[in-house]
Amino acid sequence: MEVKADRVVDARGSYCPGPLMELIKAIREEDVGKIIEVWSSDESSAKDIPEWVKKAGHELVGVFEADGYWRIVVKKTR
Amino acid sequence: MKRVVILGGGVAGTLTANYLVPKIKERIKNEEVQITLISDRNFQIYEPGFLYMIFNRLGEGELKRNLGELVDPAVQLVIDRATKIDADNSRVVTENGSYDYDYLVIATGSRVVPEEIPGLKEGGHWFYNLEGATRLREALAKFNGGKIVVSVMGIPHKCPVAPMEVTFILHDFLRRRNLRDKSELLYTYPINKIFTMDPVVELIQPMFDERGIQYKTFFNPIEVDAKNRKVITLEGEEESYDLLIAIPPHKGAQVIIDSGLGDKGGWVPTDKYTLRVDGYDNMYALGDATNLPVSKAGSVAHFQAEVVAENLAAEIEGIEPTAMFNGKAFCFIETGWEEATYIWFDYFTPPRPVLPSKFVHFVKMAYNKAYWLTARGLL
Repeated sequence: MEVKADRVVDARGSYCPGPLMELIKAIREEDVGKIIEVWSSDESSAKDIPEWVKKAGHELVGVFEADGYWRIVVKKTR
Repeated sequence: MKRVVILGGGVAGTLTANYLVPKIKERIKNEEVQITLISDRNFQIYEPGFLYMIFNRLGEGELKRNLGELVDPAVQLVIDRATKIDADNSRVVTENGSYDYDYLVIATGSRVVPEEIPGLKEGGHWFYNLEGATRLREALAKFNGGKIVVSVMGIPHKCPVAPMEVTFILHDFLRRRNLRDKSELLYTYPINKIFTMDPVVELIQPMFDERGIQYKTFFNPIEVDAKNRKVITLEGEEESYDLLIAIPPHKGAQVIIDSGLGDKGGWVPTDKYTLRVDGYDNMYALGDATNLPVSKAGSVAHFQAEVVAENLAAEIEGIEPTAMFNGKAFCFIETGWEEATYIWFDYFTPPRPVLPSKFVHFVKMAYNKAYWLTARGLL
């Protein structure tokens, strides 16, 4: 089931580590409990971002493939 | 008369001016074209030299030249601070005047913003500007052993390889001063590897291991506890330190932010091939100022300046501009006190570092002196 994001970070066209750094910036700015969705056209983001989310202790809601890009949905939990 | 205004007196602005002049010399002489370079300081600093200055290997005097000595005399040099680019009216406003343009070149560079990490100014050091390098030189001279943390606190930043270089040189600096056995070296990086480019990681990571240099990845500092000398990260980690060498977050120039021309970081949205500012036919951007996914490094600015100068000259001559930037970058990587490797790459070619050698190091040392010929457009 998909959840509606509070904030969408469109990092398409940006190469690794751009999308991850964009997510990190958004996580710093948002409150606990908010859902952030990163769009990335760089395939390695679909692997790297979930790895970072795990290390940083947030919740990975899901990784969804869209038309030529990935949507990685994260919940800020702390 | 056509007016070209170049904003910024760093590598990008100076080289663009110096490459442009010879191409349209007659038109400048006949007063058909005027080139104005606006810089907020009357000197240029060779920033790669900070890496050597902090270890007392290059002095401040070797890193500074008056812009008047570097910029072609056919260029009108204005020392003034630009406060606004009024793109709708093709005008640059400065603290002391205003300059209308037919073509604008944005070469406003990047700057460190240590204040974005609470506690960093009080508790840390950096070598990405003159003030920071001067302070760090003193701290290193007084260092008597302990734990040094080299921490990259944001991407993008100037000279992407410099954090690795400073770590390698520190290792040898401490050995030469009989302090390596009494010291720990820890390098941290924000993503899940020690650098963004895999071929570089493959070379450098084993070299860190051989030298006993520790590293941590996915390490994003949010605060420095200056009193207790600790770095605290977004990932929930803490690292103590005796000396913190940070690569602070970077931003684009204030004038870009104040003019509404930048993205969230103050970087100018730029076409990766033509170097035109998105949405403007009469504006080019190059060097650190752009939002391009290329290194913020002098060599990139150098190669881009060739493209911008060629295209501006073509436009002035009424010829369709055809020069394209292909993402080219060249970086020396010091891997010790007296050895280095280098990489070059572009949008289509990944980097392939050569094995480090003394020879490459000495070429780099020679280039540190020869840079001023580059700035004059000669090399």
